Amino acid sequence: MSGKSLVTATINGEEKQFLCEPRQSLLEVLRDVLYLTGTKEGCNDGNCGACSVIVDGVLLDACCMLAVEAEGSSVETIEGLATGDELHPLQRAFLEETGLQCGICTPGFLMSAKALLDKTPRPDEQQVRHWLAGNLCRCTGYDKLVRSVLKAVEA
Amino acid sequence: MSDTSPKNGFNVVGTSPIRPDGLDKVTGRAQFADDFHLPNMLHGKILRSPHAHARILSIDTSAAEALPGVRAVVTGADFPAVRHELLNQGTAGVLNIREMSENCMAKDKVLYDGHALAAVAADNPHDAELAVNLIKVEYELLPPVMNVRAAMADDAPVIHEDFHPGGFIAPTEKYLPNASRLQLGNGDPEQGFAEADLVLEREYTAETIHQGYIESHVTTVTWDSNDYVTVWTATQGQFALRDHLADIIQVPISNINVVPLEIGGGFGGKERLYIDPVAAFLSKKSQCPVKIAMRRDEVFRATGPSSGTYIKLKFGVKQDGTLTAAHLHMAYEAGAYAGGPLFLGVMSATSRYNIPNIHIDGFDVIVNKPTMRPYRAPGAPQALFAVEQMIDELACELGMDPIEFRMKNLMRSGDRLVPGFPLAPIDTEKMMETVKAHPHYQAPLEGANRGRGLAYSIWFNIGEISSARMQVNPDGSVTLATASPDLSGTRISLAMQAAETLGIDVEQVSPTVSDTQSIGFSLPSVGSRTTYSTGAVVCEVAQEILKQMCERAVLLWETDAGQVSVENGVFSNKAEPGQTITFNELAARMFETGGPISHHRTGHTQSFIPGTAAHLVDVEVDPETGKVDILRYTVFQDVGKAVHPDYVEGQMQGAAVQGIGMALNEEYFYDDEGRLKNASLLDYRLPTSLDVPMLETVVLESPNPAHPFGVRGCGEISIAPPPAAIANAIYDAVGVRLYSMPMAPRKVCAAVKAAEPAKAA
Ligand code: FES
Ligand code: FES
Repeated sequence: MSGKSLVTATINGEEKQFLCEPRQSLLEVLRDVLYLTGTKEGCNDGNCGACSVIVDGVLLDACCMLAVEAEGSSVETIEGLATGDELHPLQRAFLEETGLQCGICTPGFLMSAKALLDKTPRPDEQQVRHWLAGNLCRCTGYDKLVRSVLKAVEA
Repeated sequence: MSDTSPKNGFNVVGTSPIRPDGLDKVTGRAQFADDFHLPNMLHGKILRSPHAHARILSIDTSAAEALPGVRAVVTGADFPAVRHELLNQGTAGVLNIREMSENCMAKDKVLYDGHALAAVAADNPHDAELAVNLIKVEYELLPPVMNVRAAMADDAPVIHEDFHPGGFIAPTEKYLPNASRLQLGNGDPEQGFAEADLVLEREYTAETIHQGYIESHVTTVTWDSNDYVTVWTATQGQFALRDHLADIIQVPISNINVVPLEIGGGFGGKERLYIDPVAAFLSKKSQCPVKIAMRRDEVFRATGPSSGTYIKLKFGVKQDGTLTAAHLHMAYEAGAYAGGPLFLGVMSATSRYNIPNIHIDGFDVIVNKPTMRPYRAPGAPQALFAVEQMIDELACELGMDPIEFRMKNLMRSGDRLVPGFPLAPIDTEKMMETVKAHPHYQAPLEGANRGRGLAYSIWFNIGEISSARMQVNPDGSVTLATASPDLSGTRISLAMQAAETLGIDVEQVSPTVSDTQSIGFSLPSVGSRTTYSTGAVVCEVAQEILKQMCERAVLLWETDAGQVSVENGVFSNKAEPGQTITFNELAARMFETGGPISHHRTGHTQSFIPGTAAHLVDVEVDPETGKVDILRYTVFQDVGKAVHPDYVEGQMQGAAVQGIGMALNEEYFYDDEGRLKNASLLDYRLPTSLDVPMLETVVLESPNPAHPFGVRGCGEISIAPPPAAIANAIYDAVGVRLYSMPMAPRKVCAAVKAAEPAKAA
């Protein structure tokens, strides 16, 4: 394997430098190099959305992007969703509306829903369901999960 | 005796507080199995067979061992011969430890696509993967046996020269080279069919399916130089894992500690070990901690999916709707080793109707697929897909309303179940009446190709052994530990039961899940048992705590034992009216009244607690494409007592959507060589948020006498009715019956096309 590259990127608003191999995905680097383990792996091939992050304003599966491609970009992960102790309205709504059961899909759904609300502040149920269709949840049946997003819209 | 019994009105039970572990889960701080790291930790990868059935001639690991960064390699040769092959687990059946070990690492033969053959530990997962691919294996290919009918055929290739018949709850008898048999029955079916005015015979099939939890299997193991082994993993049962691991790696049970981390879904599929012994041997050889994380395709190919089935029914009924006789031939895939969910399929097939003359012929069938494991109400969805369609078809033939027909044959408390014991107390009539009176049942359904379907189920929840430990702290807070992994919010439902019994706020109770060295034995979180069975033990422990605290008040007030009573967290002295002390005040004085207050208990609760569910669904079928859309869905379920109503509804909805996925899309596709062709989440096709509407829930609460608050458990049953309810709705919509699950567009389309000439004629 070729050597490691030095990558500079803004992670949750803070500039970070890290070393990574060209074969490492952004997901692997977030989790195993930066120890930001809130971003989850469900499939490692772009099928489940558990690894959803926002890169330069675009919602992406972190498992489908190489970490070296993050050079110079701004990455938002679940660890940056709350502002200090102040939870994001989506996080509060997921807690209040029981939008999670096991919680493994939750960071991905929260980041995905955030990307939706950033673009479309007042989505209806169909828009929410359509947008979230790239994230899989096996526990909730989506009812309370979709309601959580809709409640955060009201907030 | 101090009066410490819970009162009728509830303060905490029946409310929906925010779960204590929720904050960590919405902020990304919760530690799931793959989030766990240790210094010097190596990464293990496993070589898996591409063949469904083959003899292993040789394995050459030399090139892998030579790769830089590789620290250890293991094969089946590193797995010792088991000391005793069969482990009697009481009511859980008989376990075959040799087979369990060989399922983790093959020795002589590989039995399914994905069967583990060798493993490597390296400095990072990429090098481990490269090394695994350098291992050379020579095989002698054998013909694969890929479904129950092929495995039971006269000339079927034999998978095991010899095998012990099934060990899942009820014993089966060896019957064919690849199958064992379980027979149950009552009355005289021949006589019953002679009395019938109408007899229908139908065949139903279902494909292999997977639990599809989003977190894959991940474990980290250290094996130190004193032969102490520690496992950090996501499991439904840390004690089962510990005991099985001890038998496979052959160290004393007391040397093993299994630490359960947060678990990202299980649904029955995470109560058996796969990678833990492999990581253990890699750790022993490399003298480093080893983590193994399965890739998603490995999860599909090599963990425990749920059985494909072939079910043949013959039912007889009188003109007035009375069932007179039934014959059920039920063949369930066991996978590579005997012991699939057959018994529970047999148990749940008809156990809600009184059929005086019945014979059930069940078969546990070995095939070249991974070993089948429980999946939420194991065996029931396949059984109901057959029986609830048959019930609907009989009702249609007789021109009866489907609820009237069910009422006519409805099993009530005290009626005898097929295995002979009576149905425990539950109000089955109320369930039927509730469905009938519901606006969804009453609402007209208009529009072309639209139809409504109903299915009804009774499922039996497990009790058995649970442990809990409680400790009162001087600030009035209470630490609650159990041995029951929390799959979906059971920490809060257990904390609520503790708070209710103690008469304190739920926020005062911190619930945790303990490792195997910190608490007594417990059965895994399976069988809808955690909130019911562990909950009952938590209540017993809380009662004991109150008793101890009453004794402390007796000391403080220098009164007689029996004079102190407690209600809603306030202790009072009957001998001295007006003398009271609160729970918190008394806790603060524990050290002047005798020291810490704590209690641990390993308790036992009753099994076969019935729960009921009825599902009502409206669908629209596109006759051109065969796609079935769910328009409206209502889940009715009797849960005994809903401790945390929001999470109870969540269980009902989540189970229903798994059932919908099973009904319409999910299936394993194997090619002729027995290779799994759709081992990815995209191609396996779980339901997405776009595939389902909101799901209405109706919670019934007929109390369970075996639990202090009446809790029955609620996790499993609602996965069972959807396939049958949807099949019945499709018939109502387009007039064709689908006898094969999943009812994927290609099958619905073909059935509609096949019926067209008949309709036109
Ligand atoms: S882990 Fe990236 S999409 Fe599943
Ligand atoms: S909450 Fe478990 S997968 Fe979504």
